Amino acid sequence: MHELSIALSMIEMAAEEAERRGGVQVNAIHLKLGQLSGVVKDALLFSYEVACEGTPLKGSRLVIEEIPVVVYCPACQVETTLASLQQFCCGACEIPTSQVVRGQELEVVALEIE
Amino acid sequence: MNTEPRLVEVRQKVLKQNDLLARALRQRFREAGVYVVSLVSSPGSGKTAFLEKTLTLLREQQCRVAALVGDLATENDAARLARSLAPVKQITTGTVCHLEAAMVERALEGWQLDELDCLFIENVGNLVCPSSYDLGEDLRLVLLSVTEGEDKPLKYPTIFNTADVAVITKMDLAEAVEFAATLAVHNIQAVRPGMQIFQVSAKTGEGMNELLRFLGAKFDESKQLLVG
Repeated sequence: MHELSIALSMIEMAAEEAERRGGVQVNAIHLKLGQLSGVVKDALLFSYEVACEGTPLKGSRLVIEEIPVVVYCPACQVETTLASLQQFCCGACEIPTSQVVRGQELEVVALEIE
Repeated sequence: MNTEPRLVEVRQKVLKQNDLLARALRQRFREAGVYVVSLVSSPGSGKTAFLEKTLTLLREQQCRVAALVGDLATENDAARLARSLAPVKQITTGTVCHLEAAMVERALEGWQLDELDCLFIENVGNLVCPSSYDLGEDLRLVLLSVTEGEDKPLKYPTIFNTADVAVITKMDLAEAVEFAATLAVHNIQAVRPGMQIFQVSAKTGEGMNELLRFLGAKFDESKQLLVG
């Protein structure tokens, strides 16, 4: 359960950014969350609400865009969006591949401010 | 004044601080000529027994080894590892379920890194949280004991995917628990194709030589990179 410390880092980052922009109000944090990031969406949403208490971000929303895992097959030169994390393989030739192109994101992409 | 809500682009990795620190640590390790191996697994998979055996065997080969060991509460693991006579330091994380680069950096205070050939970092027993945190290691080993069942890799694909090498431990118990090694290997390959897998027993020493040869080759490889 490291989602709470992840939530705290995001809130700190957003508060600093808000400060830099002259003390604007942050209504929402937009986050890209890869399926291979090791972070659980529901746990993060729950932690976020708790972690916002007593900070300038109290009442703000966390908007999560989940990023599926995409692997690359060097033989076919194609990218495949994995249907299951239990099978890392090319969608065309079905040969296993561990070249992950996307899905490891844990990145704040935007802030909704006013 | 414009008070309409608007979206501003930020683009910042949440774990940027940890990533930066890990990068600095990796550089420091490289300059000191230390090869760093981290260990992740669920609680009770035999990390400490495996590490004690590894440290002992490497010391017999005149390899200068040391270990940092993360645990939530006790210092028992450090006491056990100290039996190998290698320098060992415990990192007690309190309620934190994983190690972070900053904890590693703090634990290294007072250590002469250039007097070491290899440093092991044993993470807190947890198959979820440690996967997100880079510790500056060269190689991440994920351990799976035969008593945990062959489908563990399918249940925790992320940690297996972020690790470099899998070690199946407690092989001396394989028969007693009817462990199907081929199935376990198949499952590991499904979530991390091409992953190198070792099957060992710290108790009997089975498979340890093979693993040590592999690690030795890795140490040499990194030293040559340093010289080159």
